[in-house]
Amino acid sequence: MKHTLVALVENQPGVLMRVANLFARRGFNIESFTVGHTETTKLSRMTVVVDGAQTQVEQVIKQLYKLIDVLKVSDVTEDRTIDRELALIKVTASNSASRAEVVQFVNIFRGKIVDVAPDSLIVEVTGTEEKVDSLLDVLRPFGIKEMVRTGTVAMTRGGSVSARLAEDRLEAAG
Amino acid sequence: MQQLNGSQILCESLLREGVDTIFGMPGGAVIPLYNVLLDYPFKHVLCRHEQGAAHMADGYARATGKVGVCIGTSGPGATNMVTGIATAMMDSVPMVVITGQVPTYMIGKDAFQETDTTGITMPITKHNYLVMDVKDLARVVREAFHIARTGRPGPVLIDLPKDVTTNETTFEYPSKLSLPGFKPKTQGHIRQIRQAARLIDEARKPLVMAGHGIILSEAYDELREFAEKIQIPVITTLLGISAFPETHPLYLGWPGMHGMYYCNMAISHADLIVAVGMRMDDRVTGRLNAFAPHAQIVHIDIDPAELGKNVRTAVPIVGDAKHVLKLLTQEVRDNRHDGWWEQLNQWRVEHPSLALPDRPEKMSSPWIVRQLYHATKGNAVLVTDVGQAQMWAAQHYFFSKPNTHITSGGLGPMGYALPASIGVQYGRPNDEVWCVTGDGGFQMTLEELAVIREENLPIKIALFNNSYLGMVRQWQQLFFNERYSAVKMWNPNYVKLGEAYEIPTVRCTQLDEVAPALEWARQIDGPAMIEFMVDPYENVFPMVPPGASLQETIEGVEDVAPQTAKIAAAAGGSSGGV
Repeated sequence: MKHTLVALVENQPGVLMRVANLFARRGFNIESFTVGHTETTKLSRMTVVVDGAQTQVEQVIKQLYKLIDVLKVSDVTEDRTIDRELALIKVTASNSASRAEVVQFVNIFRGKIVDVAPDSLIVEVTGTEEKVDSLLDVLRPFGIKEMVRTGTVAMTRGGSVSARLAEDRLEAAG
Repeated sequence: MQQLNGSQILCESLLREGVDTIFGMPGGAVIPLYNVLLDYPFKHVLCRHEQGAAHMADGYARATGKVGVCIGTSGPGATNMVTGIATAMMDSVPMVVITGQVPTYMIGKDAFQETDTTGITMPITKHNYLVMDVKDLARVVREAFHIARTGRPGPVLIDLPKDVTTNETTFEYPSKLSLPGFKPKTQGHIRQIRQAARLIDEARKPLVMAGHGIILSEAYDELREFAEKIQIPVITTLLGISAFPETHPLYLGWPGMHGMYYCNMAISHADLIVAVGMRMDDRVTGRLNAFAPHAQIVHIDIDPAELGKNVRTAVPIVGDAKHVLKLLTQEVRDNRHDGWWEQLNQWRVEHPSLALPDRPEKMSSPWIVRQLYHATKGNAVLVTDVGQAQMWAAQHYFFSKPNTHITSGGLGPMGYALPASIGVQYGRPNDEVWCVTGDGGFQMTLEELAVIREENLPIKIALFNNSYLGMVRQWQQLFFNERYSAVKMWNPNYVKLGEAYEIPTVRCTQLDEVAPALEWARQIDGPAMIEFMVDPYENVFPMVPPGASLQETIEGVEDVAPQTAKIAAAAGGSSGGV
């Protein structure tokens, strides 16, 4: 089954390679992997979507904790989370009829047209993986010339991974 | 404040970490460092190949419990050490490996002797650093030693660009560490320990499986007190050998692929296993789905990732073996297991895996190991290589003193023993150190004989020459219809080789020559080598065939065909595993 893992890591050179290597070495296929800054300087946040059995995922989390630069790993699969990814889709739209139709679909999915060229449009859409997949399904008949997806980022509702990390630190200190 | 260059900062930091011995070899990128080394009181041991330096540091660390230190230059110096680093990683040996690197401004330009050393060693180190600014160096060294020795030990590599070793800054050794992502838990959870104690109290056929963790945490007394209080049989893993006196009445032996028959039966019939400081390696467990089918498992390890990794666990306890065993001993009731011991003793009588004839027909390797045991009265430190000689040494020498059996269990690199024995001798200068090796492994690192001669180390080398890669030959005989492929070896004249290195060497071809040769070597004040011309077709038994369970342990060639047929049938025609 698919698991969404959120990891807080120290922003050290090589940390991305360490984490990615570990997944590869333990036999995981990464479905998506995003990394970016957090509210705390020096910390980065990774969202990793992997497919694997529960016991395998528990093992990989323990292995991740052995990396010195990894501070906190949470499996948020079962948590109430907000999951989002962003996609840019270049769609063929060489006549006004198809152009109007594309715009209509994009509006339904609350996407945006961010670029217009004589024979194509660039669509920007944000949402869950399923929502992006659905929009792609309806746009595909027009012809997709180019597409890029960011991969999922996730955040649990209420509380926070960072807050839990701070609590852990206090606990360790006390 | 005083300005020091990077090389001086490194040396000052090593002094503060208590380093006295360094194994290494200079090269272009570390010439400035070697220039400064002259001004410091370290004993530097010049290896003849950097793999040797890494194994020496490993042997030194295993023998002393201190962090072993080795140095190699950039590029080939670093890549040559990879085998030694991986060995230390697999066996949890604390090491700090220092590699030279091309200057920071040349990194990424494919400069002469440049390799991505931190990239290469990422999966085989506990952690590694590429130091790009001399201002970070003291902190990095402080962290590296802390990480190497704390929690589950392991190798840490520091890659030092040449300009970092010559740039100057003010030196201050940090008193505090800031490693928020590294806080190993050493104190076992008392609730878990109590839960384990209840299971142990109720068990009728309990068993201890003790691993390298006992030696690493020096929990010898704690293990013995625990075992004696409840009269529980003790099995050690290969790396756990010498964690518990083999002459102790509660000691059973070691399990697994070449372990004792009765140990494998004990595991297969036990109702409770207390596994401590071990990682359920496949050489120990045999086929996993048939491992300890009747046992609940209490697994104690300092590395949480080992608990539940290979084997289901009833009570996992994260903590240091010494600490947890102490508490566990307090929590369990006094106990006896007379019925269980009766069963174990019956297996021991019916299947005496270590019985040897008084006088074999041929030059038998196990018999020679036993003569070594008698000659040294079990007081020597044996540093063993990888393969048949390793197994025979582990089986037929009875280790009674703590931490006297040093071998590579996880990675299994042939060529380990000779350089490792050099590190061991430096760590324990007053101990009698024997390097036990075969002709295959010996040839992989025999260049280090020069170090033994140069430093006049009193290491005794027992070279078992069967002119084969013996363990592979054994597999080809037993499981590949005696199709011997690339295992027969031409050998040099080892007596002449010994002479060339000015190491007294004798060749032993007759049984009657064995005991006198051992005495001869022991009397020499310095190194000596004995080449034993042994029976080339001798096999290591007992054996758990590849893919088999511990219950399917075979005891001789005659057991192979029926057993492997059964296993192959059970596995649906494929033998499975290696």
